[in-house]
Amino acid sequence: MSTNGVASWRRRSDKIDGFDLSPSDTEEVHVLAVDDSFVDRKVIERLLTISSCKVTAVDSGIRALQFLGLDEEQSTKGFHDLKVDLIITDYCMPGMTGYELLKKIKESTTFREIPVVIMSSENILARIDRCLEDGAEDFIVKPVKLSDVKRIKDYLTRDVKLGTEERGINKRKLRDSCDLSSSPPSVISSLPSSSPSRSPSPPPSPSIHSLSAPCSPSSTLDSPTRRLKMTVSD
Amino acid sequence: MLGLDADRLRADMNRLLALLFHQGVLDEQFLQLQQLQDESSPNFVSEVVNIYFHESEKLLRNLRSLLMDREFSDYKKLGIHLNQMMGSSSSIGAKRVRNVCVAFRAASEQNNRAGCLRALELLEHEYCYLNNKLHELFQIEQQRVLAAGVRYPMHM
Repeated sequence: MSTNGVASWRRRSDKIDGFDLSPSDTEEVHVLAVDDSFVDRKVIERLLTISSCKVTAVDSGIRALQFLGLDEEQSTKGFHDLKVDLIITDYCMPGMTGYELLKKIKESTTFREIPVVIMSSENILARIDRCLEDGAEDFIVKPVKLSDVKRIKDYLTRDVKLGTEERGINKRKLRDSCDLSSSPPSVISSLPSSSPSRSPSPPPSPSIHSLSAPCSPSSTLDSPTRRLKMTVSD
Repeated sequence: MLGLDADRLRADMNRLLALLFHQGVLDEQFLQLQQLQDESSPNFVSEVVNIYFHESEKLLRNLRSLLMDREFSDYKKLGIHLNQMMGSSSSIGAKRVRNVCVAFRAASEQNNRAGCLRALELLEHEYCYLNNKLHELFQIEQQRVLAAGVRYPMHM
């Protein structure tokens, strides 16, 4: 745990445009971003690019499936050059919602191993839980920030290194070990209520996903199930 | 002399930004956008904001034409436009515009047409103010860049 915490804390202290990849990451992470909003596509694209990811941005779930080759026969495997490492999708979209896209990905034998992150402007607990239960890797409440992208990339690159079978196990391990080190009472007490429309969510669930060193004053503790806005700085 | 102009313009920019933050017109998400701007993407903020302006004007026109229709009843459609405006406003840090959208949406969910019309007026007003101020900000930035010359990095 401490290794991971220190590593991501070190990354956070890097300059934004000097983002370091760990030595064993020889390939860039390729992210498929899905959002019907042009503004949001531009922002997420930039967030990912500045985090050293390759980005393909599409405006609908259907186009996402087309890109993956899922709208044709499931056996299509001719996309090695366009291998997608992560799918990040908006929840509320006309036509196919992000949730429906998630289900389609997870039902596909070819693509269900690809982690899917859901973004939503609404902090609805039932929605978050349902997405996570149905296989979403994480849930981000919009607006998306650099710290969100960094967090996702951190555990993504670690999972890629360790292989797919161990991914689930390691995530659980990380969460368990973070529980021991994180201190929920101080998290709640230091929550600022910046604006009425973004009031803090109820107390964090046991699965606090903390990658930052707890002692760092500017660290942002983010849980996959809750978005706790602690500090403004990134 | 050129250097002094650039410094003065930078101070003007910071003063305007501070005012907008103080008024709650912008929030920290706008700062996040600024952090994403660098030499490799030197016009990122104005590009995103211009997309936002273009889309918002379309949405506002749609909202107005929906509500002005004597036989208007499609609150669901209203809600869809509002959600779009809310989302993009939040993504660029347009806090006050976003908050008006929230109130507007509440009126829409109650099928309150009069309330919606009032909210639309307020939304148009807030959007107008934001639009003017951000244009002002970008103008100052452009002048500052000219005054400073290309040697100066474009950090706000």
